[in-house]
Amino acid sequence: MSLKLKALKKSPWVYHVNTGACNNCDIEILELLTPRFDVERFGVILVGSPRHADALLVTGICTRQARPRLQEIYRQTPKPCVVFAIGACACTGGIFKDAYHFAGPVDEAIREVDPNAIIAYIPGCPPKPEAMILGVVKALQAL
Amino acid sequence: MSHKKGHRCLIPVGPYHPLQEEPEFFQLYVEGETVVDMDWRTSYNHRGIEELATHKTFDQVPFLVERVCGICSASHPLAYVQAVEDIGKIEVPERALYLRSLVNELERIHSHVLWFGLAGHFIGYNTVFMWAWRYRDPILDLLEMTTGSRINYANARVGGVRRDIDNAFMPEIIKGIDEFLPPLDMLIKAVLDDPVLHARLKGIGILTKEDAIKYAVAGPTARASGVPIDVRRDDPYAAYDLVDWDVITQEEGDVFAKVVVRLLECVEAARIIKQCAERLPQIDGPICAEVREIPAGEGVGHVEAPRGETFHYVRSDGSPRPVRHKIRAPSFNNVPSFKASCIGYTVSDVTITLASIDPCYSCTERMARVVDRKSGEEILTFADLVKLSQEKTKRIKEEMGV
Repeated sequence: MSLKLKALKKSPWVYHVNTGACNNCDIEILELLTPRFDVERFGVILVGSPRHADALLVTGICTRQARPRLQEIYRQTPKPCVVFAIGACACTGGIFKDAYHFAGPVDEAIREVDPNAIIAYIPGCPPKPEAMILGVVKALQAL
Repeated sequence: MSHKKGHRCLIPVGPYHPLQEEPEFFQLYVEGETVVDMDWRTSYNHRGIEELATHKTFDQVPFLVERVCGICSASHPLAYVQAVEDIGKIEVPERALYLRSLVNELERIHSHVLWFGLAGHFIGYNTVFMWAWRYRDPILDLLEMTTGSRINYANARVGGVRRDIDNAFMPEIIKGIDEFLPPLDMLIKAVLDDPVLHARLKGIGILTKEDAIKYAVAGPTARASGVPIDVRRDDPYAAYDLVDWDVITQEEGDVFAKVVVRLLECVEAARIIKQCAERLPQIDGPICAEVREIPAGEGVGHVEAPRGETFHYVRSDGSPRPVRHKIRAPSFNNVPSFKASCIGYTVSDVTITLASIDPCYSCTERMARVVDRKSGEEILTFADLVKLSQEKTKRIKEEMGV
């Protein structure tokens, strides 16, 4: 295991990208930081810039406006990094899959930039905070 | 910082920035540190919900519109079902009215406390963020207990509500609210006494009463500027005319007044919830009227969402699907008031002023502009839209014989 990967698994810093979500997944992500779940005790911190991040938490369908910006954010994130597609919208498009502003699921947008990207899926509308923690743990174990 | 008088700089904020959880792009024009003009660009969250709604049946649309905005996920479906009930002239059973009010007020508490925490976060006062969100959790537990989900409730349905709340839960709800009130009281006292919050929020981002009326702002933003509008009182729906509560207003119009209005509204919401929970066991009967089909026609429904009045228009031609569904969310009115409340303040104060209306961009973005990629010209310009609208009004007038 490379040193970089080992360091990433110890304390993954996350950057939150909303690519057209309804705020549900977003407030559940913020819920993770607050006293009931408090993921900071595991070293998970929400950072303000993708350049500081080890993982991207992507929520929402990838809209036409957001798609190029999501790809740019992925390019700016230091590799290796893990992309978490959080919620039904980010995983598949969910209820919005027939919408005219839907530009393909998040994994397709990321794979267009980097075919070998590590992508983890956390389904649910919205996934409960417990499910998000479980998803992150499973993804880190699989690395 | 020295600067030449009249020398303007542009500070771009966004679309992806750590301040707010949604993507939006602000352009702040500054002279020195003072913001002299600003503009905003959105549509990163536009999904085309209105168009999607016309492909779903009347009973499926509530599931779609509760995903307009995750924080108002009880208000949007309620406004929609009220619009459809307006078309069909459907009488809603009394028990359903109380159940609707109960869930909507629980949502209001959760939304206001959430905003209060985020407001603390925006001014760099994370203690407020952590405390507020800690006391919001029991409210989410109540919602999970009564509707089955923490955030998307799937509660409203044309003719009533989808699921009953068992009477055995009512003492639990009252107990939960009683346990929430002392921490809320503590938060209110802490806000009124805290010198840090006074220094950062008082006299900042003032929206005067005249500007509030001019920009037609809605909800707590208007009530904090001394405009006492509230759909719950002005055009009562659900059970709001059957319970006792007050409209909270403040005169100052600054960010501090908005904090006070929202926190005091939580107290009123707790009053409404308790009255609903006390009365529900005495009201038996169906929770949903029988709805066979929706006749042709058009209807409107409006609901006081946590951020202000949310308005839904639905037109039906007698088929099982709406022909047109129009949503106007409160942030659509509130966001342009930045032009009045942000100009003349420093950049550090503008960040909290931008957040003070509790903007919800996923609610607001209801339109997409199509630009031809080769020529860079808009397919439909503003003038074209005005022309289309005028032609349509003329056509409708002719059809109606006016």
